Amino acid sequence: MQSVDMSGTESLKSKKFIVIMGCGRVGGKLASMFDAAGHKVTVLDLDSYSFRRLPPTFNGTALIGNGTDEEMLRKAGIEEADAFIALTQGDNRNVMAAQIAKQIFKVPRVICRIYDPLRKDIYEQLGLESISPTEVFADLLFNRLEKP
Amino acid sequence: MKSLYIVIMGGGNIGYYLSKALLNEGHEVLIIEKDIRACERLEDELGSCCMRGDGCETAVQSEAGLNRADVLIATTSQDEDNLVACQVAKYKFKVPRTIALVNNPNNEKTFKNLGVDATIAVTNAILEHVEQQIPAHPLIHLLTMSGKMEEVVEMTIMKDSPALGKTIGQLRLPADTTIALLLRDSERPRIPDAEMVIKENDRIIALTTVDCEKIVQKTLLG
Repeated sequence: MQSVDMSGTESLKSKKFIVIMGCGRVGGKLASMFDAAGHKVTVLDLDSYSFRRLPPTFNGTALIGNGTDEEMLRKAGIEEADAFIALTQGDNRNVMAAQIAKQIFKVPRVICRIYDPLRKDIYEQLGLESISPTEVFADLLFNRLEKP
Repeated sequence: MKSLYIVIMGGGNIGYYLSKALLNEGHEVLIIEKDIRACERLEDELGSCCMRGDGCETAVQSEAGLNRADVLIATTSQDEDNLVACQVAKYKFKVPRTIALVNNPNNEKTFKNLGVDATIAVTNAILEHVEQQIPAHPLIHLLTMSGKMEEVVEMTIMKDSPALGKTIGQLRLPADTTIALLLRDSERPRIPDAEMVIKENDRIIALTTVDCEKIVQKTLLG
């Protein structure tokens, strides 16, 4: 009981502003999770139809626009953001937007999805925090079957 | 002249004509193109100078011998692909010079901030020509300094200009802006001094920056 209370105050105390680029299955889900946890969320997508994935209770902002455009990111409030997460279908688009967020707007925490593991390695070396779902999922399946 | 090894990503129109010109100049050229039919067309015409693949991929760049390339030119219609191809070439294969085509003019500055050596903004290039063809256009971009955000612009003073009747010295221009030349009727172009009074139909050539352009335009043209 006590631990539940603690985490409740914790999340309120550290309310963050999170900008998510790409409102696909992962982007939409993540946006609603952060929103439900009490954070301020803005989610960007080129296609307004993808915002159907956000629940009716979503309190954040849904914005139509291209996250690789500096002007658009500024409109999304990137200058005040605590975190930026790039989750479009295109590795290169994610890489470009994440670098703009990190190097030009100095967002404190930037995470980038890169499907291609080799490309992920290069950008990790260049200091971009990246996750390759390809690697993660292959590892997961491998471990399930290999180490039950 | 030293022959260079030049890799071109994207075998569209620009990639094709560029390769043709560079091959004629005696350089070694390789085009990386995703589409197999585009590859076949290029090979039919230019000989074996095309490799099929995604030029953003490390494996493809490695096979293309980017580690010995002198220049990479990314010419696709997708800015983000051009950026990544240049970055992989630059940071993974240490290619000394990377050049990217920029389709969205807003990306020119971004690309330079992210390490691309040179950018070619196609939209801006066309726009500059259009401006020069339209006589009524108040501010014409004459030249953008490579690498920096400095530019040379030309403005024609109209009868409603706020600068009319003022001297050059009275203009409140941003610090990094210089009035370089003044052209009046059939007189020889001259470097204006602070006492010179601005008249209608004067053409003023100024050196300024992309960021200050709007202020300069407002001061001289309203």
